[in-house]
Amino acid sequence: MKNQYDIVIIGGGPAGLAAAVSAYDSGVRDVLILERDEQLGGILNQCIHNGFGLHTFKEELTGPEYADRFIQQVRERDIPCLLNTMVMDISPDRVVTAMNRCDGMFQIQAKAVILAMGCRERPRGALNIPGYRPAGIFSAGTAQRLVNIEGYMPGKEVVILGSGDIGLIMARRMTLEGAKVKLVAELMPYSGGLKRNIVQCLDDYGIPLRLSHTVVDIEGKEHITAVTIAQVGADRKPIKGTEERYTCDTLLLSCGLIPENELSTAAGVQLSPVTNGPVVNESLETNIPGVFACGNVLHVHDLVDYVSEEAAKAGAVAAKYAKGEIAQADGKEIALHAESGVRYTVPVTIHPDRMDDKTVVRFRVGDVYKDSFVSVYFDGERVQHKKKRIIAPGEMEQIILTKQSLDDHPDLQTITIKIEAE
Amino acid sequence: METRELTCINCPMGCLLTVEMDGDTITDISGYTCPRGKTYAEKEVKNPTRIVTSTVKVTEGEKERVSCKTEHDIPKDRIFDVMEAINAACVEAPVVIGEVLIRDVAGTGVDVVATAHVGRKH
Repeated sequence: MKNQYDIVIIGGGPAGLAAAVSAYDSGVRDVLILERDEQLGGILNQCIHNGFGLHTFKEELTGPEYADRFIQQVRERDIPCLLNTMVMDISPDRVVTAMNRCDGMFQIQAKAVILAMGCRERPRGALNIPGYRPAGIFSAGTAQRLVNIEGYMPGKEVVILGSGDIGLIMARRMTLEGAKVKLVAELMPYSGGLKRNIVQCLDDYGIPLRLSHTVVDIEGKEHITAVTIAQVGADRKPIKGTEERYTCDTLLLSCGLIPENELSTAAGVQLSPVTNGPVVNESLETNIPGVFACGNVLHVHDLVDYVSEEAAKAGAVAAKYAKGEIAQADGKEIALHAESGVRYTVPVTIHPDRMDDKTVVRFRVGDVYKDSFVSVYFDGERVQHKKKRIIAPGEMEQIILTKQSLDDHPDLQTITIKIEAE
Repeated sequence: METRELTCINCPMGCLLTVEMDGDTITDISGYTCPRGKTYAEKEVKNPTRIVTSTVKVTEGEKERVSCKTEHDIPKDRIFDVMEAINAACVEAPVVIGEVLIRDVAGTGVDVVATAHVGRKH
């Protein structure tokens, strides 16, 4: 087995696939994808609903169809993939240690590594729900896998905590398969899911969405038999006297996603406390030279189309790096600051000498803003001021910085992005 | 006169739309803040349709199920008829993406097609 590659990509989901295609098309033929599942495509394989690819392909595809488009592109280019292969370690000098049933444990030296491991769901243990720990409590994504891939129904009477998109999608999916979904409870006063999903997954089937509500008790010793939900105040603490009990045999949790960065951390990659993903520069490069990140491992995206777009950029830059065409990051570095409603930015720094003509800066906000402005400041000077009818936490936002505008401000130290009322 | 309340799905604004109906005739639409909202409301009250996605049982396959969709949207009030037909169906592997699994599902004139590949069990 070959033990040296120009580019090794960790993960064969939407990010890894798009990064591989882009790296190949940027002139690097020596690319390897490592995937722990038995097939490529990642989480898209169980997202059988439609609505993917409107930006990328100008049509509405299901998850498996969207994945297949990219898998075909990988196959056409004969890019090698090792399936059923678990990466155990990435060293700071880019030695990737992995294992599988055929080859056992092996090491590969990469010129560049692309992190594309995706994210996972916030588990019950991270939610601090009181009550017993019976069977019948699943993350929404686990239920999705059971129903859509394995063909099993987790239960017939369902309560869902959290109104993330996977929870909404599963409310409809379980209903279509004959279950009674009693309600979706959401701790926040707004849903983190897309409006389209609230209408087409809940309203269409008369499933109530209870905002500012959470689960305060779980009953059942062997198997879950009921939950109690209660309203929460502005402090997100339950309000006494608002408790309601619902019998159920299933509780699904859709309470957020966390980038999966155990490998990154072990490699010494610096993470952002806000996104839980790597801190990257304009090249989507982490603090470790030659290690790049894209997709949900970097920050959780709303649409897969943006994952593909970001991953294509990571693939192209990694290719440049592997070919030795990228300047060392020792030139001037400009910091990006997220302020007043903007929770984070990706990237966090920009080297003007290394950036393309345009750099996309992606971010999310922490609250719902109506008729507000997204403003960009170059030090004290406001250079962008764009009115938005609505900005919501569930949707990713972006601004575009041009190399020209940065070159026009040679003394620029800090770029600030903020939400302004006027 | 009948009043119907809808939430527009075109953007995160989620405008609350109110449609006044006189029988099958729309007499008034209010609450929209852009033209897309008006178009959406008209379609939703006159002819609401949806794409249905689910899975079909597979025999002799390397997987138990194959994901599927109605090739086009079907009337919203036929969703559960379509689901019943999908759940009654069974297909023998191999299945290729785009392959028709059920013709003219539940008399809607729309086919159900596979949205994934499933190879034959080795």
